[in-house]
Order: sequence, then structure tokens, then C-alpha cells
Amino acid sequence: MVTAAGSGHPGGSLSAADIVAALYFQVLQHNPADPKWPGRDRFILSKGHCAPVLYAALARSGYFPVKDLVNLRQIDCHLQGHPDMHKTPGVEISSGSLGQGLSVSIGMALAMRLDNLPGRIFTLMGDGESQEGEVWEAAMAASHYKLNNLTAIIDANGLQIDGFTCDVMNIEPLPEKFAAFGWNTLVIDGNNMEQVVDALERSRTAAGPAAIIARTVKGKGVSYMENNAGWHGKAPKAGEAEQALAELTGEEIRESREKVGS
Amino acid sequence: MAAELKPRATREAYGEALLELGARHPEVVALDADLSGSTKSGNFAAAYPQRFFNAGVAEANMMNMAAGLAIGGKIPYASTFAVFATGRAFDQVRQSIAQPRLPVRICASHGGLTVGEDGCTHQSIEDIGLMRMLPNMRVVVPADFNQTYAAVIESYNLPGPMYLRTGRPNVPFLYEQVPEGLGNGCDILKEGSDISIFACGIMVAKALEAARRLEKRDIDAEVVNVSIIKPIDADTVAGSLSKTGRAITAEEHSIIGGLGDAVAEVAAEQCPVRIGRLGIKDTFGKSGHPDQLLEEFHLTVADLVNLAQDMQKSE
Ligand SMILES: Cc1ncc(C[n+]2csc(CCOP(=O)(O)OP(=O)(O)O)c2C)c(N)n1
Ligand SMILES: [Mg+2]
Repeated sequence: MVTAAGSGHPGGSLSAADIVAALYFQVLQHNPADPKWPGRDRFILSKGHCAPVLYAALARSGYFPVKDLVNLRQIDCHLQGHPDMHKTPGVEISSGSLGQGLSVSIGMALAMRLDNLPGRIFTLMGDGESQEGEVWEAAMAASHYKLNNLTAIIDANGLQIDGFTCDVMNIEPLPEKFAAFGWNTLVIDGNNMEQVVDALERSRTAAGPAAIIARTVKGKGVSYMENNAGWHGKAPKAGEAEQALAELTGEEIRESREKVGS
Repeated sequence: MAAELKPRATREAYGEALLELGARHPEVVALDADLSGSTKSGNFAAAYPQRFFNAGVAEANMMNMAAGLAIGGKIPYASTFAVFATGRAFDQVRQSIAQPRLPVRICASHGGLTVGEDGCTHQSIEDIGLMRMLPNMRVVVPADFNQTYAAVIESYNLPGPMYLRTGRPNVPFLYEQVPEGLGNGCDILKEGSDISIFACGIMVAKALEAARRLEKRDIDAEVVNVSIIKPIDADTVAGSLSKTGRAITAEEHSIIGGLGDAVAEVAAEQCPVRIGRLGIKDTFGKSGHPDQLLEEFHLTVADLVNLAQDMQKSE
């Protein structure tokens, strides 16, 4: 998909792939045939540059045809470089400017509480993104309003664009910070499916907002991308994509190669 | 025109000129918000790590860090993408940089639609307007690599704040050499008598090409490169308007708030003539290849030619 587009963000999409897959194919109550079903859980991709992993999950869930994926970022495709809620079915909010998704999630969670809706909000953020001050304004507000219908997942892959987060602008200790802001905090291996599903499910019963610090590997599953800041926002060339898909074994991938030839 | 030189991006000129300033002046410092590779402040970061401060993904913090460095006697160059420099940190720029007239140079890359595939979230089409609204702020949009280089070098001596917009794509060279400076920021690149085309940034090269095509249709266009959008050189603008009697403005920005408005304000007060504004027509952009976007949003040479012809006919 990113190779066909010639640009995009593979690294953070791959680090979050297990989390997004767990959400769409196990945890979320949702109905692709009725994207606006009021009873649904909502997934918010605050780190909007990782649109590819969201689009892949939405397509595989049936929100739109899988064949659309190869038109990512093309001029007349609904799949924008960053998610657009008015163009792509299943996208809950438009994002792309970092640090804003948690605040919007709080507003949505408040509205759902006012309307007695049963759904939960799951918001995925980056660790670099957490350097934005607004994230901490939101963190304060979520516990102030005792939101027990909100789970924030931090994709703590340790990297941003300019390098390792600990070198650019250290944000650790993340678990202690969220705990100090009044969140129920859990630290997991975010590339371990069992732990991911378990943490997401357990967060449903937290008293107040729940933060899952998911320790992940940026570029997970592709040897040359893993832990390499250079693959934050660069599209693999055709040969590189071949190798990547070969390394990322699994039924879905083989199927996608057959279907869309990418 | 320096046609033999291979086109280069204006953001690259920023990176190189900043390096030169760093070598010459120990009080020059640079800041970025996790985009130093894209904005090209990374050159300075590599050469002068002690004088480079990465704020992380925290533009508001970066702007006020820059303000503090300026108060401390440094000359800060702060960069990130144009959308975030102006939109995300607007109040910080207003309160702590523009109002106290601090010599912070906000050097933002990725202005306009030619950001391309990233889409509307990253395409800055309001930055010139936002910065132009701020008292004390000088607003600079150079047209090519050499002019950008000159703008950065010259900015060292400015007493107050500056907003400099650079772009992502390679653009043709219009100035053979790095000019002395921007002068009054209103360069008449081609004289003409029938219509004035005021352009900035990537649109200047297109305006020159449009003027060449218009010549074949017996329309003698004057092309003015407006590199300092604020304070605009009202005398040169009004002089051109009174000579030609009609004008087109062309910018990779919303038609609201940018060069079009700056020229229209001068016209309204000093020389009322008809003005056709080429720009993004009060809508957001979208993902796509930069060239396709310029076509879809009517920012091509052909659009300039057509508008000039229509204006000539309808009078
Ligand atoms: C407000 C804002 N500033 C800057 C950017 C440019 N940008 C896009 S991704 C990114 C780094 C994000 O790092 P992280 O959140 O850790 O993402 P991940 O590692 O999961 O890809 C930056 C600075 C942006 N999109 N929004
Ligand atoms: Mg990260």
C-alpha cells in the first residue's frame, strides 16, 4: 500500500499493527455495515500519520473494498495521507496534527456518557506525540471527569522522526506520568498479541480512564525497518516491499499479495 | 533566469544559509520540533550541536524557548512545518515573539499545497495570513534557492521578528547568484504595460512563463516578485498598478489573507483597479501529487494565461 503510494509511514504503522489488529478483529464492538451504529466502540487514531495500519484494518473489516488500499494518497482516492472522517467510512475523527486525539476522545467520551451510550473509546497515540503539552492537558481532564469509558494506548516504540525519543526529548517514565495524572496504568509488550488483547479487555472495567503503555518495536516484523528512525516516513521500493512482505509471514499478508499485488 | 541551474528546494537554501550564519555568528542558535531533517535545520544541528535545541513534538514550547533565547541575547532560528509553526503555536508567537518584538526568526518549511501526498492536514494555506495579521511581524516568501539564501543571511540583522516560508519541492532558479538582499521585497522581473502579475514563492516562475506566453497573444504583462509580503512595498505595487491598470495575484495560499489581499489593500487605498486573485479558493487541500494538486486548484501557467486573457477581454 505504502509502496504503491510512493510515500507514507511504515514504521509506526508496523509497531502498532498488533494493537490495531487486536482492536478491530477481537476487542471492538463495531458494525462495518453500519459505521455510525450508536452502540459501537470507537477507535481514534491520534497519531494520524499511521493511517496505513488503520486503513488496512478498516478494509479487512469490510468498511470499504481492500482494492482501494493501493490507491492510498492518490489524488482522487478517499484514503488521504492522514485520516479524514468525511472521506473514509469507519474513520471516527480526522487527525494528522499530533497531540489532539486524546482531547477529542474526551469530548466524545463525555458525549457518550451524557447519552448513556455503552461504547468505549480506544485512542492510540505515539510516544513522540506525547511530547505535545496538549496530551497532558487531556490526561488531566480525563481523570478529572472520571471517564471510565476511555482507554489510551501509547505506542511506545522509542522512536520519532529525529531519532530516539530519549535523545530528542525524553518523555519517560511514561507509566509513572500517567499514574500521577490519575490514570489506571498498565505496561505491556505491545507486540505480544495475548498481552495486547488481555490489556485492552481488562481496561474496560477500570474505574476511571485507562492507559496502556505498549512497549513496541518500530517497524516490527521487517528486519531492515526495525528500530530504525529512517523508516518513519519513507516508502519501501518494490524490491524492499517484496522482502518486507516475505518476512511478515501470515495468512493475511499472503492473501493481500494475491489480491492487490502489492 | 538562470535556467541552466538544476532546480532546488528553498528549504535547502535555508539549511545551507543557516550553516553559514552559524559559522559567522556565535549567538545564532537554532530550534526544531522533531522535523530537522525536513526543515533542513539538521545541517546546523550536526555542525553546532551545542547551539541546537530540539523541542521534540512540541511547537508551542519551541516558540517560547526561542523567545527566551532571544531575551537572553541569542538570535534564534526556529523551524518546523508551516502549519505547525503558525497554527499550532499562534498564541505563543503572538504573545511572546510579536508583541515584545523579539528577534526570533520563524523559518517554516512545507508551505502550501506542494506538500502533496500528506494531504490537507499538512498543507499550509493560511500561514501567510496568520503571520501578516501580527503587528511587528515581517513576512517573507522567497521565490527560489538564491533568494532564500539571501533572505536568511540578511535576516541576521533584523531588529524584530520574521516569518520566512520555504517549500518542499524543487523550484527553478530565478536569480543567477545570491542577491545582496531582498531590497524592498518587490522585484520587477519583467516590465510590461497591459497587466501586472504579482506573485510569490513557486508562483513567480510560473508568472514569468505565463508572461512569455501572453506576449505571443499580444498581452504585455509585468511580473513582480513580491518576496516581502509584509511590510509590502506599496510604492512599487501602486506604481505598477497605475501603469497597467489591472492586476493578477498568484500565490500558493488561500486567496484570503495572503499576497492577494496585501496587493488589494494597496490598490483599494492608492490605485483602485481590477484584481484577479489566483490562490486556493477558501477551501482545504487534499492528498495527491503536487503537480496534480496545482492543476486541480488552478495554480498553473495556463490558469494565469487564461485569467489574464479573460480580464483583457472583459474590459
Ligand atoms: C503537531 C505536529 N507536529 C509535527 C508533526 C510531524 N510529525 C509527524 S509524525 C512525527 C513523529 C511522531 O512520533 P511518534 O508519535 O513517536 O510516532 P510513531 O513513532 O508511532 O510513528 C512528527 C513530528 C505532526 N504531524 N503534528
Ligand atoms: Mg514513536
